[in-house]
Amino acid sequence: MSSAPIVAKQASFQLRSTVDLAVARRGVRDWAQNLGLSVLDLTRIVTAASELGRNVVVHGGGGVMHLEVVRAGDRQGLRVIFKDHGPGIPEIARAMQDGYTSGGGMGLGLPGAKRLVNEFDLSSTPSEGTCVTIVRWKS
Amino acid sequence: MSVTGERIPILRLGKCLLVTIQVDMHDQLAMTLQADLASAIASQESSGLLIDISALEIVDSFIGRMIANTAAMCRVLDAETVVVGMQPAVAITLVELGLTLHGIHTALNVERGMAVLEHAAAAGV
Amino acid sequence: MTSTVAASRSEFRRLVVERREEVLTAWVKEQLKEGRAESLPANELRMQGDEFLTLITDPADTDSILDADAEAWAPARAFLADLSRTRARQGFSPSETASFVFALKRPLFAMLRAEFAFDAAQLGDEIWHATELLDQLGLLTMEEYQRGREEVIRRQQEEMLELSTPVVTLWDGVLALPMIGTLDSARTQIVMETLLQRIVETGAAIAIIDITGVPTVDTMTAQHLLKTVTATRLMGAECIISGIRPQIAQTIVHLGVDLGDVTTKATLADAFRVALSRTGRRVCNATPTGQCP
Repeated sequence: MSSAPIVAKQASFQLRSTVDLAVARRGVRDWAQNLGLSVLDLTRIVTAASELGRNVVVHGGGGVMHLEVVRAGDRQGLRVIFKDHGPGIPEIARAMQDGYTSGGGMGLGLPGAKRLVNEFDLSSTPSEGTCVTIVRWKS
Repeated sequence: MSVTGERIPILRLGKCLLVTIQVDMHDQLAMTLQADLASAIASQESSGLLIDISALEIVDSFIGRMIANTAAMCRVLDAETVVVGMQPAVAITLVELGLTLHGIHTALNVERGMAVLEHAAAAGV
Repeated sequence: MTSTVAASRSEFRRLVVERREEVLTAWVKEQLKEGRAESLPANELRMQGDEFLTLITDPADTDSILDADAEAWAPARAFLADLSRTRARQGFSPSETASFVFALKRPLFAMLRAEFAFDAAQLGDEIWHATELLDQLGLLTMEEYQRGREEVIRRQQEEMLELSTPVVTLWDGVLALPMIGTLDSARTQIVMETLLQRIVETGAAIAIIDITGVPTVDTMTAQHLLKTVTATRLMGAECIISGIRPQIAQTIVHLGVDLGDVTTKATLADAFRVALSRTGRRVCNATPTGQCP
């Protein structure tokens, strides 16, 4: 992650059930639009947020999404942080490969989401939880 | 907390069904829709289903799964499925996400979608 | 560096105000010595000179008379910026443009020398004040010239970008995208978005991406092309790639890029033929009476 960008604006969204996902998506979408992201970039970050948010609810036992407008130099961007206190991801390298699935889904969540954003950071400790941070800079 | 009673309308177009998805579907709504579709196709002996996603700005893997499941379900009920109206940004994002929607027919709009269904019906068993 | 003698600050300005016509005429003549200025309409130099003299004698704030950055000099700066950009567009070089300001020195100094012939110290001061001010303004002219040129270059680049990626309709439902030049990541992305948007707008069934005019293809470009083709298919249309030169074909294979079942044709003509056939058309030679057989 690039050196300490300034957080200009911040909000948090609880992610306890899949109903919360729609609210979270709308939040990311509205902030992305206000920031002036292009239609394509907006679609990318909201979709990535939807994937990662779903992981929190389905695999992480619920958690929180932090939404931030960040500034670094003359760049502006949207940062989204997903935190849960779930079982964690035991084999991160495998999870980051396309095709790996643990929940009967398409197994595309992590590597796919990573391709949709400019910056992607994942840290996970088994039995402690997972934290995923993504950033989409305004081009 | 639950939003029962909210349903996505299913229209009939000749021998086919048309469903227009305009809202950001939460899980419950998606499940209800699939059930409604299965029921409608069976009861009306439809030969095809058009899923209009021209109003959808976001299609994630959950919606992708729902569409794939619906198409599979239709095939079992001897009906073809066509997804119409995908927005460019959605298409690019799906490619980057790695979601292929393999084996699912797509068309630019409802009119084209109907042509695809007719073609499939003519060529089909 | 500011003057130490307060009264002398406005001497050269007073002189310019009093002997304006004389200064203006001498100044225009001096400018015409630079060949380029002759291409301008006769009275344009005079009018511009007249306005400039007004602008440098107007500022009542005598404290900042030597500081060209001061607020009082804003109108003069704006005038010079405008002049610079105009001259740049008219094909003047930076020096030729700056000579508008610098050419004022000779007549001005001549006038000062005559006025202060018997006071060497004051003459020295006056010439220094005038030089300082005119130098700053002259340099400003060059900076604005530079900015003007950069603006022209930027606009030309934009136009070239637009021109080099047009989406054309070859026939009902058949689009073509002739790509020219090297494809960088940013450009290819814009092209991809534009093409997809046009497909939706026109309801085209087939889009032909012609890369005859593309000299080389790297991994990123090949992947972007592939992404475009896949996205098009997802939307319900088809892509045909034409104009793949032997070298590019080799590169694609070496890079291990799998074009899968994307239709590729050597020429745009071949691709067009396929597109027509796929959309249910046939081209035939007309009978002698101009009918279809």
